[in-house]
Order: sequence, then C-alpha cells, then structure tokens
Amino acid sequence: MAALATPGAFRVTGWYLTAFRRLWKMNLLSSFVQPMLYLLGLGVGVGSLVDRNTGSTSTLGGVSYVAYVVPGLLVTTAMSLGAMESMWPIMGNLKWQRGYHGIAVTPLEARDIVLGHATWIAFRSAVAGAAVAIALALFPDTRSWGLIPAVAVAALVGVAFATPIMAISVNSEYDGAFAGIQRFYIIPLFLFGGAFYPLSQLPTVVQWMAKIPPLWHGVVVARGFTTGHVAWWATLGHLTYVSIWIAAGAIVATRRLRRKLYP
Amino acid sequence: MSAGVLRIFPPEMVVRRPHRMIERHIAVYRRQWLIVVSGFFEPLFYLLSMRAGLGSLVGAVSVGGKQVPYDAFVAPALMAASAMNGAIFDSTGNVLHRLKYARIYDAALATPMGPADVAMGEIGWALIRGQIYAIGFLVVMAALGLTNSWWCLMALPICALIGLCFASIGFAGTTFMRGWSDMDIVNTLMMPLFLFSATFFPIAAYGSWAWVVQISPLYHGVALVRAANEGVWSAGLLGHTLFLVVLSVAALVLAARRVDTLLRK
Amino acid sequence: MSEPLIRAHHLVKKFGDFTAVDGIDVEVQPGEAFGFLGPNGAGKSSTMRMISCVSKPTDGTLRIFGLDPVTDGPKIRARIGVVPQLDTLDTELSVQENLWIYGRFFDLSRAECRRRTTELLDFAQLTERAESVVDDLSGGMKRRLSIARSLINEPSLLLLDEPTTGLDPQARHVLWDRLYRLKQQGVTLVLTTHYMDEAEQLCDRLVVMDQGRIVAEGSPRSLIEQYATREVLELRFAAGTNDQFADQLHGLGSRQEALPDRVLVYADDGEAALQEVHQRGMRPESALVRRASLEDVFLLLTGRTLAD
Repeated sequence: MAALATPGAFRVTGWYLTAFRRLWKMNLLSSFVQPMLYLLGLGVGVGSLVDRNTGSTSTLGGVSYVAYVVPGLLVTTAMSLGAMESMWPIMGNLKWQRGYHGIAVTPLEARDIVLGHATWIAFRSAVAGAAVAIALALFPDTRSWGLIPAVAVAALVGVAFATPIMAISVNSEYDGAFAGIQRFYIIPLFLFGGAFYPLSQLPTVVQWMAKIPPLWHGVVVARGFTTGHVAWWATLGHLTYVSIWIAAGAIVATRRLRRKLYP
Repeated sequence: MSAGVLRIFPPEMVVRRPHRMIERHIAVYRRQWLIVVSGFFEPLFYLLSMRAGLGSLVGAVSVGGKQVPYDAFVAPALMAASAMNGAIFDSTGNVLHRLKYARIYDAALATPMGPADVAMGEIGWALIRGQIYAIGFLVVMAALGLTNSWWCLMALPICALIGLCFASIGFAGTTFMRGWSDMDIVNTLMMPLFLFSATFFPIAAYGSWAWVVQISPLYHGVALVRAANEGVWSAGLLGHTLFLVVLSVAALVLAARRVDTLLRK
Repeated sequence: MSEPLIRAHHLVKKFGDFTAVDGIDVEVQPGEAFGFLGPNGAGKSSTMRMISCVSKPTDGTLRIFGLDPVTDGPKIRARIGVVPQLDTLDTELSVQENLWIYGRFFDLSRAECRRRTTELLDFAQLTERAESVVDDLSGGMKRRLSIARSLINEPSLLLLDEPTTGLDPQARHVLWDRLYRLKQQGVTLVLTTHYMDEAEQLCDRLVVMDQGRIVAEGSPRSLIEQYATREVLELRFAAGTNDQFADQLHGLGSRQEALPDRVLVYADDGEAALQEVHQRGMRPESALVRRASLEDVFLLLTGRTLAD
C-alpha cells in the first residue's frame, strides 16, 4: 500500500494515529487477546480431539491442528479489524464527529482520505498480527520464520476488507447495514473461509462462494509460509487477486467520498 | 409501614408493570424485525460450520461414557451459548444506550413505573427474544437429526434460565459502566466464556484445571442443555440448576438496587 | 383555603458533602403558576426532582396532593406531568408512538392512548409530523413534544424544568402560548427558569433561589417594586473604566452597580438621572433607560447576575 500512498495519505494516517493514541491499550488487548483465546480454545482444545483422530492429519496436509489454524487466525483477525474499522468509524467521521469534513477543507482530498485509511488499516493489522506472531514464536510448535511474511499477508487482507466496506459505509445513511455486513459477510467467512479446516470439507457450492472474497486466498498464502510449503506461482496469483479487491474498493470509495465531501 | 420494613422492602422496588417496557421494545422492533431475525443466523452458521468442517476431522466425542458425533456434541453447547449471547447483547449495549444516552429510563420513572419495573422489563425482554432464538435453533437441530428424544424440549426452559442469569448479570454490570469503551470489557469476558465452558471440547481435556471451567455459568448451562438433549438425567444436574438460580437471584437484586440509586438519587 | 398541591417544609437535599437544597419552605396552591428563579446551581432542579418523586429528600417534609413521595411515589407520579430540563424523548420511536407508549406507562388503555395522542398532537401543533422520527424535529418541536407527552395522563400538576432553555425567540413564544392555554384550563404549573422574561410572562408567584436557599418570594411585580426601583439607567463607558466612573456616579439614584460590561443606576426617574450624569461631565458611550426587571431583583438580592 505504501507505494500507492501519497504524502497526503500519510498525513491522514498521522491524524488517525493521533486520535488512536488514547485508545490503543484496549484495542491492542482485543486484537491480541481474542486471537490468542481462539488459538487456545480451538487450536489446542479442539486440536487435541483432531490430532488423536487418525487420518485427520493427512487431511490437514501433514501438520498438527494448531499449526494449521495459526495462519487462519492471523488473517481472520486482520479481516475483522479491517472490516470493523471501516464501518462505524467511517460513518462517524462523515456524520457524527465529521472528521472527514474537517480534512476536506484542507488541501487534502478524498483520495488521500481513502489511501490514508488503507495505510492505517495495514498498520493496525500488522501491529496486531505481529503481537500474535511474537506470542506464537515463544512455542516450538508454532515457531517459524514464515510468521513474518504471514503477518504481511494478513495486513494485506485487512486492507482488502477495509476499502470495499469503506465504499459501502461512505454511501450509508443509517448504520443498520453494518449489522448485516457483520452477520452475513464477516462471520460466515470466519467460519467457512478456510481458516479452521480445509475448504474441501464443504459442499462444492459453498467452496466456490468462499473463494470469492479475499479471505481464503490470504489464508492459503499465509499457511504456505508458516508451514513451509510455498507454491510461488499460486502465491503470486492469490496476492494479485487480493490486490484487485483493494484497488477496486479504493477506487469506488474515493469516487463516492468525493461526491459526499464536495457535492 | 414502619421505617425498618420500608428499608428492607422499599415500595419503589415492587414490580408492577414491567410489561410496559416490553411493549415499548415491541413498538421499536416492529420496524427493525430484520435485525431481530438476523440474530438467529450466527449460532446457526457456527453449527453448520462445526458440522461440515470439523465433524469429520474430530470424529466422535465421549459424553458421560457415550460416544456422540462431534456436531451432536457441539449443538447443545451452541444453543446454550446463543442464549447467553442474546441475553448479554440485550442487557448491556442496548441498556447502556437507554440508560446513559437516550435516557429512556429517566422518562419512564416520571410515570408510575418504578426502577424495578424497568429492570424486570429489560430482563424480561431479553428472555423473550432469547426464547425465540432457542426455539428456532431447536427446530434446526431436530431437522439435522441432532435431537434424541422429546426430552430435548427441556432445553427451552433451561435456555430461559441461562438467559435470565446472564441478562441479570449483564444488566447489573451495565449500571456500573462509565461509557461505551467499557463495552470492550464485556466482549473480552464473553469470549473465554464462549470458548472454555466445555462448549467445543469436553471438560476432561482440562485435567486438574477443570475447577476453573466450573466457575463459568455457561458451563453449567451447557451441561444442562446437553443432558436434556441426551435425555440423561442425574442428580448432579440439580447442582448446575442451583448454581444458575442462585446467581440469577443475586444479580437481579443487585440490578434493581443499582437502577434505584442511579436514577433516583 | 384549600389544601396546597405542594407543601414543602424545611426541605433539604444533600449529595455527599454538597448541599443542593438548604431548608426551603414552599406552598403551591391549585391553579397557580409558580416559578423557581435562579442561576444554574441554585438548587432548582434538585427541588424539582424531589417534587417529581425521583429523588428522596435528605431532610424536612414534602407533601404532594397531601401524599408522601417516599411511600406514595407511583400514586403521585400518576397525577403529575414532568418536562425535564433535557428532552428524554424516545429517539427509536416516531412522534406519535412517543405519546402512546408513554400513555401505556400510565396504564391507559390503547384506545384512550390513541384518542389523547390525536388531541395532544393537535395541541402541540405536531399533527403533520406524527409519523416523523424524533431526531428530525427542530429544537422547538422536540420541546413541544416533551410537553405534549407530559400531558398524556391529563395531569393536574405540570412540572417544567427550564422549559425554553436553548430555544430561539420565536419557538419560545409559541411554547409560552401553549403553557398559557394550559394555565387557563386550570392546570397547576410549576417551572424553573433562569430567564426573567419567562418568569414575568408565566408566573403568578415565584421564589428567587440562590445557593440552595430562598432569598425572596412574591409576584413578579411585587418583587420588582419591593427590591428594585421603577426604572434603571444602563451606562456603558470605554472598556475597563466602569469602576472609576462608578465613584463619580456616587449619590445618583438610590443605588449603583458596576458590572464588567456596564454600570447600572437604580432610580425612579431614569431620564433625570441621565441628565445628572451629563451635568457631572461624564460622557458614556451609550445610555439606556428601561423598566426594572426580575434580573435587577436578583442582582440586588445576591450581588450577582443570573448569568454567573
């Protein structure tokens, strides 16, 4: 994202950072503690059930259940963060605290706000991912250099959810749509997006639906890195696909935001 | 009435018309029924995901010496958890909004409604909504062949008890909140309850740490729903029931008292 | 004389160490329009909350309709209407739902709620906005809806806490007109305000409160006659020189007050006092003669302006 961002976008990111300084402790807690709890509850707890079931390990590609779930958690955490931060906060900045209207009267413009938001999400996802990765590196089962590129992939997926949802939020009059996005997009993806088990377990139709959003592509790439089985060409394809989501979201969001701020 | 009697049993704490508060909520949600309906899907998605995705990976789980498929193990737990989630959702964020920001209760207390009416009305509403979800979930379970006998209907009153317990705790806790940022505490507490109440794997997996799990009210709720679904009744279930009842009553009393001190200072 | 609607004797309200209401005695008769006048923090709202039975008195006795709010709160509240200082309208409901849901809180039947809702929407001039969301209403409309809502139980006593604070002049006049109609229908009005013109417009009788105590009581006219002169001369001098001119004004009228932005001279004949000012060689930047108001009464009683 940084290559795309303008200096103006960085100023918007800086503005976010200033506002965030007061709240970061609680946020870090929820974006670090929650994935760790899931890791413990599902990875270790359910993992103990999975690993003693003969045949399951081969379904998971020859790794333990914890090792299988780790990249899934990194990427889904970034997804939730990117999505949540692009719903109510965006509406707040347009309707309630009207922060974007404040920016609109400066030389910065809609494109800077969208790219600034994207950079901000990438940064937040990377920090949250890094915190989880450091914790994972403490245990021999989950320790791997692959965690570093996996965190970068997670950040990219965070942005791939942020820009399209931002495009929706910019045009929303009421916050009713957000509960819908949460319940019918984010939560189903969390559960059916390939984070906790291979998509091959699911019916074919569901598999195809799960492959449309960017989540599964990110999970597959991140899992390749952490388990050490990287298929380079496929990785390139997945990352290109994720980037298309980012770009399409950013373009639509910028166009809509421009219409909102400069009617 | 003497002053002593009044102190123990103040007239304002008598519950007379909690149903008026529920009428208000029905008027509000008539327009937002889609939001109410959509709340049913979250536990359903969890169930389908566990069944399709993890079912074959995990295989069978032993419950009370009996081997059950993983989806049949998880389904009652998800039902209990959704009763908890619904009750907490209705008694924390929504109540905080009405208490501090919309000041709905201030308006209600200018009428013959008392603080106990407000508290019981809110908790009653949470229960009604929770029962609707519980019925829906049970129907889905039956359709998927996850129920064993008519005893499974007992899961409904059990979910009502779980709902009562968490709605009372949630309401009482909300009266102590300073603002929206305190809602993060609720979310941070809910997650371990959801994950570590013998919901997704048996309590045996905790070994000597099992006593920690037993502190969780959800654990007791899950145990009761599971027993109802299996149709296996034992004396130990009385203990689970008692735990939830005692906790509910204590939280209810605290909730009504807190509303009184907050709104009638 | 009939039993007073409100009878407070040595009424005290403390919050911890802070005494908000410090032993006041008040009686309000049926059909009266009664006002509590005073600056922010004088104890008006605390008094109102005790009268509306949502706050327990710390000491003293309080009777409303001859009943004790501590034991008969619900019974009393069934017969009063309350318009709080900040609107507590239900923003999740429409305008008309606000009225009939509130009616249900008073145990009115559904049919009765609907009948009164229609009447009250008309009274509050909100019939066309019946289906609107509360958030879309203007400040004046919200206030009128608050008043309409407080009338749903046909109360014989209406409590209004700062009814027109924050409204523009036109909206205030519309509201005063509505309150005046209620008064003519025989509804007892008890209101708090820090606006002098409001107290003069609406109140038959009022008490002036300051720091939890009642410092004066009477009709607006009698208070002005008792504590102020007939006219007031307002003088403005160059910024920062008010104090030094105050000395030169000594002996003029019956009293002088130097405020940060102007000097007030209390005199029965303001024009004569102004001539005297010119004769003494002072050249104020502006001068105004006006009739004395409750604002002056308050200033003279407490040495402070109501805006403090």
